[in-house]
Amino acid sequence: MRAYENIAGPSPSVADRPAGQLPRLLPAGFAAGPASLAEHLGRYGPLPPPRLDRAHRDALLGEVEGSGLTGRGGAAFPTARKLAAVAAQAAPVVVANGTEGEPASAKDKVLLARSPHLVLDGAVLAAALVGAREAVIVVHHSVREILDEAAAERRRTRLDRVRIRVVTGADRFVGGEASAVVHWIERGVPTPTARPPRLSERGLGGKPTLVQNVETLAHLALIARYGAAWFRGLGTSAEPGTMLVTILGAVNEPCVHEIAIGTPVRDVLRLAGGPSAPLQALLLGGYFGRWADAAAVAPLPFSAAGLAPVGAGIGAGLIAALPADACGLAETARVVRYLADESAGQCGPCLFGLDAVAGEVQRLAEGRTSSLATLRRWLGQVDGRGACSHPDGTVGLIRSALTVFAAELEQHAEGWCCATRAGAVLPVPPRGPR
Amino acid sequence: MTGSARLRVDPIACDGRGLCAEILPELITLDDWGFPVIQGDVPGPLVQSAREAVRICPKLALHLGKVPLQKRR
Amino acid sequence: MSAAAAVAGSQGLWFVSRASGLALLVMFSAVVVLGVAARLGSAPRRWPKFAVPEVHRTLALFSVAFLALHVLTAILDPFVTIGWAATVLPFASGYRTLAIGLGTLAVDLGAAVLLTSLVRARLGYRAWRGVHWLAFLAWPVAFVHSLTAGNDLGLWWVAVIEWGCAIAVATAMAARVLQGIRHPRSAGQRSASYDRLTPQKGALR
Repeated sequence: MRAYENIAGPSPSVADRPAGQLPRLLPAGFAAGPASLAEHLGRYGPLPPPRLDRAHRDALLGEVEGSGLTGRGGAAFPTARKLAAVAAQAAPVVVANGTEGEPASAKDKVLLARSPHLVLDGAVLAAALVGAREAVIVVHHSVREILDEAAAERRRTRLDRVRIRVVTGADRFVGGEASAVVHWIERGVPTPTARPPRLSERGLGGKPTLVQNVETLAHLALIARYGAAWFRGLGTSAEPGTMLVTILGAVNEPCVHEIAIGTPVRDVLRLAGGPSAPLQALLLGGYFGRWADAAAVAPLPFSAAGLAPVGAGIGAGLIAALPADACGLAETARVVRYLADESAGQCGPCLFGLDAVAGEVQRLAEGRTSSLATLRRWLGQVDGRGACSHPDGTVGLIRSALTVFAAELEQHAEGWCCATRAGAVLPVPPRGPR
Repeated sequence: MTGSARLRVDPIACDGRGLCAEILPELITLDDWGFPVIQGDVPGPLVQSAREAVRICPKLALHLGKVPLQKRR
Repeated sequence: MSAAAAVAGSQGLWFVSRASGLALLVMFSAVVVLGVAARLGSAPRRWPKFAVPEVHRTLALFSVAFLALHVLTAILDPFVTIGWAATVLPFASGYRTLAIGLGTLAVDLGAAVLLTSLVRARLGYRAWRGVHWLAFLAWPVAFVHSLTAGNDLGLWWVAVIEWGCAIAVATAMAARVLQGIRHPRSAGQRSASYDRLTPQKGALR
């Protein structure tokens, strides 16, 4: 995916920056390659030195709470609450999660590739806030070298009091889940672990662990510099700030872009050059997200509140455009097969249930005899019955497909499909040996 | 209806052996793949049977407690 | 007490010791076979799934009573000096050190298995399971003890019982080891509808 090279957006001068213009997280213009430490400091200024006394930490935590920052990994958990929970424990450790197991999403890779120091700032800051001495940053293999170099740069200038360790993440869908990341770092096994106990109480090496998406940490680094009010300058009052979105599918310029939360969906699509063909539906959030009818969702704000009426959410910021000449059921069937194969295989309902529903969705897509009633029963039996939310996401995706592509379901049942496009729209990694 | 106790299964430990559903059919049924679907709120009269089910599980996957069910994330 | 009565009393104790020992071998063998059957899910389909594990557990606990009888009658026998220490310390007996010592060792191993099973909820699954495998060591030790400490192999029916137990347990152990190799972490019995609805996806990891 050529997501890296195609960043569009205005180019604010340094003077504009504090006024709250986009982009915040990514360097402006078309320059490729990571920002060096000097460039990074030149653009954003220095990170306020993290004083470790209680009053300062509490003040900063208050600022984070005032900003309303929520997790950008898909769960949207209030960051200040997570920080406070871990800060209350002794000898914690910070994990910056840039694994990005979602194959269609590229935002974390692009952020790490272009602004590694912003993420490292955030990781170091989070460590100071919770009282950790080490921050482990888990990244996709394609940006490993960039992070190694950035960490080395910081070590040379003795920038941080916190030790930074860079780890390559596992290339698996469930590998990005918080407990799976910790499990991967500890044992090299990227599978979720049973909780209780919560990661904030017992995680990496038995220590209280803060797991935060890399984009969340990048926002944190900016809030520490410019404050909560600045952060709230963009976005909605309920969901303040900006976020990175990956726009792909039937658009002219698939890319990663930064938007203010609440931007209408059609405007977001325009940032990617607009649709390359008339659209029938959009996949929102990620492969664990939801389908929505294109016409219905286009005017809606891209925010949790804005998308709620169509049963969708912002998830990990994925927007995949499905053209009218493609078959939504076939696309869904391919994605669901991938998700079923990506099960960690630890929980029966996920391992066997997803395999069963994937087979049934495939039959629906191919117009073979299938039972919608059986499928719905199985969806009910799989939902919420695993140790992580992997089965839940897949179930939600299928249910939304059954709703949005209801007309196609009837057509397939009668033996015909109006799709004319031959190739696949949604990228699914090939099945290789494990 | 608030029960006297909360029954939950560790889905990773569970192997779908199905002994629990025999001991406590009022609250535990098996899905199409043999894994337990648990109605978590245990009313007072069934607490004893619930303890039996916890004891009999060959994988020690069942847990009975007073704490409310934790959200996964 | 007259010498004849003393000898008769001692012979009585010795007889009870040997008889309870044989009964114990049969029971212990049954416990091991039942334990494997519980793990493999091999029981008549009509039986509830908890039947075999529960009988395994109950029989194991019941055999403790016979064990107490077997050990006490041996210790209290005035004709031989085994000593109380030999109840728990292997090879602490002056009389037939090896044979009795193996018996003590079997008791120690069995006690570890039994005690950890009683507190397994607090111990956690992995620790409990690790210790439970010692049962596969305890049985051969007990069996060799029965061959060396018992005097009755000359009796044809005693020999039949001994070898019958050996064959049963050896079969069970082999079945368990084979299962462990072929299906490292598979479930016991699934619901009847499972195999019909879904192809075998593979073992749980």
